[in-house]
Amino acid sequence: MRQIAPSPPPGTDAAVLPRAALAAPGIATPAAAEGASPLPAPAQARRAGGLGDAAWPWQLASFVLVLAAWEIAGHWPVSLAFPPASRVVAAAAEMALAGDFGRAYAVTLPPLVAGIGIVGITGVALGIAMGLSRAFEWFALPLMVVLQTAPIAAIIPLLTYFYGVSATSKIAAVILLAAPIVVLNSYRGIRNTNASLVDMCRSFLGTRRQQVTKIMLPHASGMIFAGLRLGVSAGFIGVVLAELLISPTGIGDLISYNRSIARYDKMFAAIVSILALATVTLSLLQRLENRLFRPDHAVP
Amino acid sequence: MDASTRDACPARDAGHPAGGVADATPIVRVDGVTMRYANGVSALDGIDLDIPRGRLTTLLGPSGCGKTTLLKIIAGLIPPTAGTVAVNDRIVTGPGPDRALVFQDFALLPWATVLRNVAFGLELRGVPRAEREAIAAKYIRDVGLAGFEHQYPNQLSGGMRQRAGLARALAVDADILMMDEPFSAVDEQMRRKLQEDLLSLLQVEKKTVIFVTHSIEEAVYLSDRIVLLSRRPSRVSAIRDTGIAHDQPPDQIRRDRRYLDTVDEIWDTLKQYLQ
Repeated sequence: MRQIAPSPPPGTDAAVLPRAALAAPGIATPAAAEGASPLPAPAQARRAGGLGDAAWPWQLASFVLVLAAWEIAGHWPVSLAFPPASRVVAAAAEMALAGDFGRAYAVTLPPLVAGIGIVGITGVALGIAMGLSRAFEWFALPLMVVLQTAPIAAIIPLLTYFYGVSATSKIAAVILLAAPIVVLNSYRGIRNTNASLVDMCRSFLGTRRQQVTKIMLPHASGMIFAGLRLGVSAGFIGVVLAELLISPTGIGDLISYNRSIARYDKMFAAIVSILALATVTLSLLQRLENRLFRPDHAVP
Repeated sequence: MDASTRDACPARDAGHPAGGVADATPIVRVDGVTMRYANGVSALDGIDLDIPRGRLTTLLGPSGCGKTTLLKIIAGLIPPTAGTVAVNDRIVTGPGPDRALVFQDFALLPWATVLRNVAFGLELRGVPRAEREAIAAKYIRDVGLAGFEHQYPNQLSGGMRQRAGLARALAVDADILMMDEPFSAVDEQMRRKLQEDLLSLLQVEKKTVIFVTHSIEEAVYLSDRIVLLSRRPSRVSAIRDTGIAHDQPPDQIRRDRRYLDTVDEIWDTLKQYLQ
């Protein structure tokens, strides 16, 4: 029963949230100091949503509490650039009705989905290959470690020299940000396979192929999916960064335009919409993982 | 190394009870097995050993003496640095259908139900699903796990997990059951229950068992033959046949004169390694 609680592999939560939080200060420049702190909390409350019977009242309470704090802080004039939650919600409704979100995401999502798709397939495959073969490990590991620590935000504007102001640049930005964590997590997932399970498989006459498909892949699925979840949140950051730094289109344009005309309620609404979308995507990924590989995590 | 092995030989011959189930030919012959790791640590130093057919033989020795290494070499999981192991007169080069392992840490797939775990050995051999699940269901009943077929390992207690591990090993119908400190991860009371249940199961199954433990009481309680290993680098320091009749009621064995005497004698021998 202990392990049924929604606990992704160690490091996941800690790593996801700061990253999600990073999206906010990176974007909301004027109000960063005050505006950033309330934002990650609702994401946290919703991320774990629907995964336990006793959990939801607390999650709801945390959500309500943060929104209330935001509301009060907004009315207490901290800054012109920090509107109360209710105005942001109203702005979000207005923008949704006017079709702003629809138009923006129609531009933002295709390169994001394409980039995540490419990383999800080739990145996981490369990580698994690195876990299974020393040659692949030596070939790709240093590259990935360097890429992971590189200041990608500084490199993203350079992408325009290669691909111009295009969707290709955005896809490249998503891949640059998402690939290292996806590849490295898949690699570590395979490399950390429980040695005793491999011995068990061998002693019951499992072939190398069966070892990989029946032991290593299901065993690594937790790490692989944790990498994918981190990769998806990195991809969201990548696509928004590209839209802010390269081509003012899509949701990035919605943020920078509304900031430039001092419509901070709309700017926050755009940011919150990214958080909401990222959160829903991440929890769907968690469900997919449980369904595909870890039915034991889904038992009541 | 020769000295210690030669010392052991008289004990082996003298202690053999007449009229036992044991066949004259040993099922496993360990011949000069030496194991040195790449880092220079020597685990086994020229082990010569015969395992009698149809009996329960225990490898007993101080912690870290290489008992598990020897078991894994017999299982074909690791090749020895020198020497050979033969099972049914065939030299071991890897795992085989004649040997099935029970693991200290259970080695159950956490994402699979008890039923799939118990059937897993058969699954790896390509036995069709309906057939392997029928076989698994029988052994799940035999080890006392009926009703838990569709639970996951994390829903079971340690004792129940090892019952599943035992059922998985029985399900592939190997001649030799190899148990690596199988009960060391469960609590004392559960361990006694598992020991008793193993004995009654073996009354029906008639397997050759190679059992690794560091518990003297467990070794004497379960075994027909006890192989005492010395400290690392390990040699066979003595071989004892307990002469205990294992078909008597389980609590009778612990009151048996021979049980008590053998425990004392083995303790006297092992004490010298604990300095």
